[in-house]
Amino acid sequence: MRFTSVLAAGTAAVLALGLTACGSGDGGGDGGGGTDDVTITMLPKNLGNPYFEASTAGAQEAADELGATVEEVGPDAASPDAQVPFINTAAQQGVGALVVSANDPTAIGDALEEARSAGTKVVTFDSDTEPQFRDLFVNQASPEGIADKQLELVADQIGGEGEIAILSASANATNQNAWIALMEEKLASDYPDIELVEIVYGDDDDQTSFDKTAALLQSHPDLKGIVSPTTVGIAAAARYVSTSDAKGRVAVTGLGTPNQMREYVEDGTVEAFALWNPTDLGYLATQAAAALASGDIAGEEGDTFDAGRLGEFTVGADGEVLLGDPYVYDETNIGDFDF
Amino acid sequence: MRNVLRRREAGIALALLVVIGVTTAVQPGFLLSAGGWRDLLLTPAILVVLAVGQAVVVITRNVDLSVGSVLGLTAYLTGRLFLAAPDLPILVVALVAVAAGALLGLINGAIVAFARVPALVITLGTLYVYRGVTLTWAGSDRIDAGDMPRTFLGLGTRQVLGVPVLTIVGAVVLLAVAYYLHTSRGGRQLYATGSDPDAAALQGLPVRRRLLGAFALGGALAGLAGVMFAARYGTVSSGAGLGMELQVVGAVVVGGVAIFGGSGTVAGAALGAMLLLTINRALPVVGIPDFWQRAVVGVLIIGAIALDRVLANRRSRRLAAARDTDPPATTPPGDAPPGTGPDDREEATA
Repeated sequence: MRFTSVLAAGTAAVLALGLTACGSGDGGGDGGGGTDDVTITMLPKNLGNPYFEASTAGAQEAADELGATVEEVGPDAASPDAQVPFINTAAQQGVGALVVSANDPTAIGDALEEARSAGTKVVTFDSDTEPQFRDLFVNQASPEGIADKQLELVADQIGGEGEIAILSASANATNQNAWIALMEEKLASDYPDIELVEIVYGDDDDQTSFDKTAALLQSHPDLKGIVSPTTVGIAAAARYVSTSDAKGRVAVTGLGTPNQMREYVEDGTVEAFALWNPTDLGYLATQAAAALASGDIAGEEGDTFDAGRLGEFTVGADGEVLLGDPYVYDETNIGDFDF
Repeated sequence: MRNVLRRREAGIALALLVVIGVTTAVQPGFLLSAGGWRDLLLTPAILVVLAVGQAVVVITRNVDLSVGSVLGLTAYLTGRLFLAAPDLPILVVALVAVAAGALLGLINGAIVAFARVPALVITLGTLYVYRGVTLTWAGSDRIDAGDMPRTFLGLGTRQVLGVPVLTIVGAVVLLAVAYYLHTSRGGRQLYATGSDPDAAALQGLPVRRRLLGAFALGGALAGLAGVMFAARYGTVSSGAGLGMELQVVGAVVVGGVAIFGGSGTVAGAALGAMLLLTINRALPVVGIPDFWQRAVVGVLIIGAIALDRVLANRRSRRLAAARDTDPPATTPPGDAPPGTGPDDREEATA
């Protein structure tokens, strides 16, 4: 998945969330029936990746609340079959559940099937396998959710009317194109006063995105907002706007990571941007894994389970659980994140 | 005066003025707004520095394809230095990066000069090696704007009397290198080496030393460009400068530096860099769709090479005609010290 690989390019630093501290307070007692002895293995794409450190912190938080134990294992590099030995080991240990972000949709399929036949429940998060290899997939965001949230942000920031442009990744990036198509539909139906004047492609390259931003501002003097549904693009656009006379006049929003955007949120170039919250994602995946392992749910469509502070979730078609709308980062909360 | 107008550089400068003029007519803000004026001068600054370095290498009948990777490595180094020691003076960081670039260039030069393998192949190899080092070092890590001092990032956009600092850096580099190439003995020897390596060796010119110097200078300037890149873009990932070598070679060729060495000026290369990037910025403003822009740049490069070829043919015909009518006195084949002659000659043909 192109987008997560971009995400994975986060800066190094261990997550120190305020949330983790709050969570442990009311844990202990209310773990519910049979979850006390559940052991869960957390298998991210690779270790040492700030994005997954954030999701593991969420997993730890959920485990503390449930009285379960979580162990994180994983390869150093995110190559397709590097996760196989870790899956085999977890199956031999007889862990209750395996929470995995798949490096490849099929390469780890056999290993997962073997683990499941040994009684281990498998939950994928962030990056899915083929549906037959896992019990549940905890999806970080739906394309509709991502498209809607970005439009909501930009409409809010430009006062509901005016010209906007989109700065995308490469012209053939599947995710971005799907989101842009949804945004175009939604613009036509729900935002009649906002005009999308141009879509440009920065190729997920800082320099190209930066120069394209300059060109956008040149060629559309009345531009009021730039939406960049890619972490590289939004940072480059924000950097250009922050040092130009368009600062304060042209809104920049889209999908970004807190570390990349901190500078521009603090200096006022960017009001707010969106992305899912990897801590919540790890938290929800662990809650789902514990519910499966303790037999509270079977993973069928329509099953519901309680996910602690995030509330109740329902399993959708193809065993998918949707985390919800993307999380909005702004001046008030960006200091709480470090990935 | 006529001589000045007939120079290759004048043609490129004219093309540049036409591009600026037409685009400004379509969208006055392209030149006449504060942001437009700044971008016009600022955007080409990094490529100008790279192109000056590349021109020196190409003049010796070599090419350095690794400059994009050197830029990436030194830009990342710049960020890491600031992370490790936030109080380090900017000048010290810049000097370290330039020295690192010079070292990387020297490695290229040493392999080309001593192993006698074509520079195209060697630097294609080091392009991957240097990029690999950056990838290993950086991994999925990245330098963000917040990791570098504000004063340093400020240099990326600050202006002195309406001229951006980075542009001033580019202009100083251009003037210094142009002066060296035009007036010093070493500079002239670079041209001699490139125009006929065998003859240069037979003349007893220190061909090998000149090659090392040219590559080291090219590397040092790529290191400087890395520092400028970090200041300008504020974000350095392991992919910084990816593919830039082609832009640089394009700029040099468009600027009239013959790819077979021996002729051209760094001023031409700098103008070529400005022309390429200004066209890049002008095309969207005049309404040419994103996807066509690269094609237009490609046509420009091919056109420049074709023009080069035509001019070279015409010149050699004219020289041949001049020779037939007025044969010059033959000079003895040089006063090379007997020991070094053959050695240098072989290397020069590499």
